[in-house]
Amino acid sequence: MELKTFRGGLHPPDNKKWSDKKAIEVCPLAEGDELVIHLSQHIGAPAEACVKKGDLVKKGQVIGTPKGFVSVPIHASTSGEVIAVEPRIASAGTMLPAVVIKADGEDAWDEGLVGGDPDTMTPDEIKDKIKDAGIVGMGGATFPTHVKLSPPEDKKIEYLILNGVECEPYLTADDRLMLEDPESIVEGILILKKVLGVDKAIIGIEANKPDAIETMTNACAGKGVEVGALKVQYPQGAEKQLIFALTGREVPSGGLPMDCGVVVQNVGTAAAVNDAVRKGIPLIERIATVSGAAIAEPKNLKIKIGQPLSKLVEFCGGIKGDLGKVIQGGPMMGMAAVSLDVPATRGTSGVLLFAEDQVLKEPEGPCVRCGNCVRACPAFIMPTEIATMARNSMFDEAEKLNAMDCIECGCCTYICPARIPLIQSLRQAKGAILAKRRKV
Amino acid sequence: MEKTLYLSSSPHVHEGGTTAQAMRAVIIALLPCVGVWFFSFGLQSIIVMLLCILGCVGSEAVCQKMMGKPITIADGSAAMTGILLAFNIPPNSAWWMALLGGIVAVVLGKQVFGGLGYNSFNPALIGRTVLLISFPVQMTTWVMPRTHEITSATPLSEVKMAVGLHGAIPDELKSQLGSVLMGGFGGQLGVISGFALILGGGYLLYRKIITWHIPASFIGSAFVLGTVLWLVDSSKYPSPVFHLFTGGLLLGAFFMATDWVTTPLTPKGMLIFGTGCGVLTILIRIFGGYPEGVAFSILLMNAATPIIDRFTVPKKFGLVPEKG
Amino acid sequence: MISAVISLGGIGLGAAVILGLAAKKFAVEVDPKEEAILEVLPGANCGACGFPGCGGFAKAVVAGEADPSACSPGGSSVTAKIAEIMGVEAASAEPMVAVVNCQGDNQKAQNKYKYLGIQTCASAQMLAGGPKACPGGCLGLGDCMVACPFGAIEITAEGLAVINREKCVGCKKCVSACPRNVITMVPKSATVSVLCNSHDKGPAVKKYCQVGCIGCTLCKKTAEEVYAIDNFLAHVTYDTYDHEKAKAGMEKCPTKCIRDFAEGYPEGSSFQP
Repeated sequence: MELKTFRGGLHPPDNKKWSDKKAIEVCPLAEGDELVIHLSQHIGAPAEACVKKGDLVKKGQVIGTPKGFVSVPIHASTSGEVIAVEPRIASAGTMLPAVVIKADGEDAWDEGLVGGDPDTMTPDEIKDKIKDAGIVGMGGATFPTHVKLSPPEDKKIEYLILNGVECEPYLTADDRLMLEDPESIVEGILILKKVLGVDKAIIGIEANKPDAIETMTNACAGKGVEVGALKVQYPQGAEKQLIFALTGREVPSGGLPMDCGVVVQNVGTAAAVNDAVRKGIPLIERIATVSGAAIAEPKNLKIKIGQPLSKLVEFCGGIKGDLGKVIQGGPMMGMAAVSLDVPATRGTSGVLLFAEDQVLKEPEGPCVRCGNCVRACPAFIMPTEIATMARNSMFDEAEKLNAMDCIECGCCTYICPARIPLIQSLRQAKGAILAKRRKV
Repeated sequence: MEKTLYLSSSPHVHEGGTTAQAMRAVIIALLPCVGVWFFSFGLQSIIVMLLCILGCVGSEAVCQKMMGKPITIADGSAAMTGILLAFNIPPNSAWWMALLGGIVAVVLGKQVFGGLGYNSFNPALIGRTVLLISFPVQMTTWVMPRTHEITSATPLSEVKMAVGLHGAIPDELKSQLGSVLMGGFGGQLGVISGFALILGGGYLLYRKIITWHIPASFIGSAFVLGTVLWLVDSSKYPSPVFHLFTGGLLLGAFFMATDWVTTPLTPKGMLIFGTGCGVLTILIRIFGGYPEGVAFSILLMNAATPIIDRFTVPKKFGLVPEKG
Repeated sequence: MISAVISLGGIGLGAAVILGLAAKKFAVEVDPKEEAILEVLPGANCGACGFPGCGGFAKAVVAGEADPSACSPGGSSVTAKIAEIMGVEAASAEPMVAVVNCQGDNQKAQNKYKYLGIQTCASAQMLAGGPKACPGGCLGLGDCMVACPFGAIEITAEGLAVINREKCVGCKKCVSACPRNVITMVPKSATVSVLCNSHDKGPAVKKYCQVGCIGCTLCKKTAEEVYAIDNFLAHVTYDTYDHEKAKAGMEKCPTKCIRDFAEGYPEGSSFQP
């Protein structure tokens, strides 16, 4: 059978073998460890701290309340004392407001957390539970889940698509989750189906994860959930590309998946939804892959939100050799971190330690118009033309060339023989265009 | 003190290719042709080729030095231009012609526009065309392969002249056209070089330096138009096979019309470009003033590249036609 | 032969007549004053006056919409000439020059990361707020140098922008090009400046820069009229500038972040006072 995929894109070496056979381990937390929990770990308005220095908090207790609809509460990842509420360095290198908790080592749960039976709850009750638990998209984009589950009345949702693609090289967190806890995922999918009122649910998994495909197929048997095997191609995990691969539908330019009757959720999100609804557990932990050539022993870890990356690295045997770059997320779209002192957030799907010789240092040359970027672009735009406009601050022209349709997947830059950082220019163009739109 | 880390915009990995690697691949792909060239025209032809390369590389270095830019002759693009130019001038050219062609190709064809990536015309063809217009006699004086006899007749010019004088290809010439394919004509290597060119082109396709679009549409459209004309009047118009294996058609289709810088970006644009080259080549050969039209057709299509690019902007993902 | 000469000559003659008529018919009336002013302007079309090029400025002056002294590249001599053409009294404006308020090159100031990517300050600034550990320091990638129409800015080998006070005409292009607002305008005659742009407290500055202002207030204590401290950063108050007092305060600076440009440009610069 020919496997489905989308048009465009490319196939970078996946480098998943370093960690795909490693079972998920819990990254330990000792008494006295400091957790730095940022109040803005999601897309949307930052939460507002509702604890102050000196307060004692329990694991799972709300420490930041949401402001607005597109916002989620923030919870304490462990029990202990709040030792500061102040700006701390975030992965983007800037100082952002955070609650710092000194762990008391007991890791005691807040007793007020209660679960429910999704079968007897109404969709709105379930949505409230999901919002209260602070669930956001676990693929890395961290968009509040309850917002995605609240399409406007006039949008008919027909498909729920579960993203188990994990197309980023190195990352194996979703893969391991599907192998080790398929029940939670399936239960979560059933809850999401109920909230959205859809019949069809498909889990998209790439063919390079045969074990996960088999496990999920078995777990889904008789539950009304399909598994769609996909040809390996990056960026299949991008929402619009995944929808096209599985359903053949195109999300309209500038629109959202719900505009073509689809809601996409990450498999990790489905598992988190299950925990939140049935047990009342908020989003205080997640699974992250620690890998790369400069880590002693690559692992898949269950980490607490707020643990500094250095703790994760330490648990994986520390740095091996000459460390050059630290990446939060995958190598194609992840963000480089300024240091290992930054804390893990709800979006930390992986921590990659690249050795000095893995860092791309080739200077950029002139564009030779080879067209590789145009052919690789899954959004069918012309990256090199837009980048040229952006470099000359011609943002109106860049907008006309569909700069806003760029999904920042990085394919163009990955394939460019002249080593031009096209994505950097495209991001600048998108930023400038958005700023202009806000002004108007 | 902890080590300072590197920071850059994503992606943090790369496919690994560089512009210089691609240029080297093109040079490697040209090596079989260089071999055939040497075998057919002897040491002299290789000296001419080296002079072309010297002209190109030397003038690139001098230009960049003068403009205070970093010298990038190591990327191989100037050397590639030199080799291509050598295939476009008679292998017995005078030393100064080879050198001048190289200088013109790089200085006028490339550096005045700002160097690699900014030129709108194929530099090697600029060199050839300037030489052809400036020194028409020398540029049409070729030697016979292997025997190295001086001749001014190439199969294309023979046909052109015959049709011009008699309105038809004479029978004795027609019977000789078969031997054209075996390389029995002046300046013409026929099938042997054709095979070497296809080998080189195949290597470039395999290395994904070029895509099939331009060679296929170039050769295809030339073949189709050649066939149509041949069927209309085979006494006046030579066969399509003759068209393919004479002159610079295969060289042009695989190596000159596929130049990255001067050709369209999108597959659709490439097909238009290649088709335009093929059609123009046949039209110039049969109806134009010059016996050979590959160089002119590619240069003309180079000029059309920006407009092709403008009209072949890909349809973006998720473009929904406006309703109503 | 004859016919060729006649026909070509005829075409030339015809064209000349048509051109001549067109020039008469479509001639645009230009105020002679405007042309005279355009004549004395530097012709750099830099836009420092706020009008579209020198032509636009000349037009505005004649129309009374622009101050004759608004051409900063031209300086007082051009102002005087314009005033003469317009027949008004020349108001002399103190010429201003741009100065980079930073001496923290790659030797003297720490970087928090090594930047790879588009080599412009604007691009680097968007990546985690720029590689310099100091939030205000010069990034040294030369956006100001590219913006300068007069070639007055150089980037030293160690990555620090330095502006030549003789070549600078005060057009402020560099001020708007700098993403970190390191460049400010100062009166040309006031040669002493505090070359630091970090509002961080002393210990923080010391951690990342050897030549940063630590807000110790010694300069202010020495020469209160000339120095002011604003949020842990000293600056010269140019309204009350006094060279001797400014020098006295400069001598006291423990981190040597105050410089007299009359004595020399920052280390690594090829410019001479």
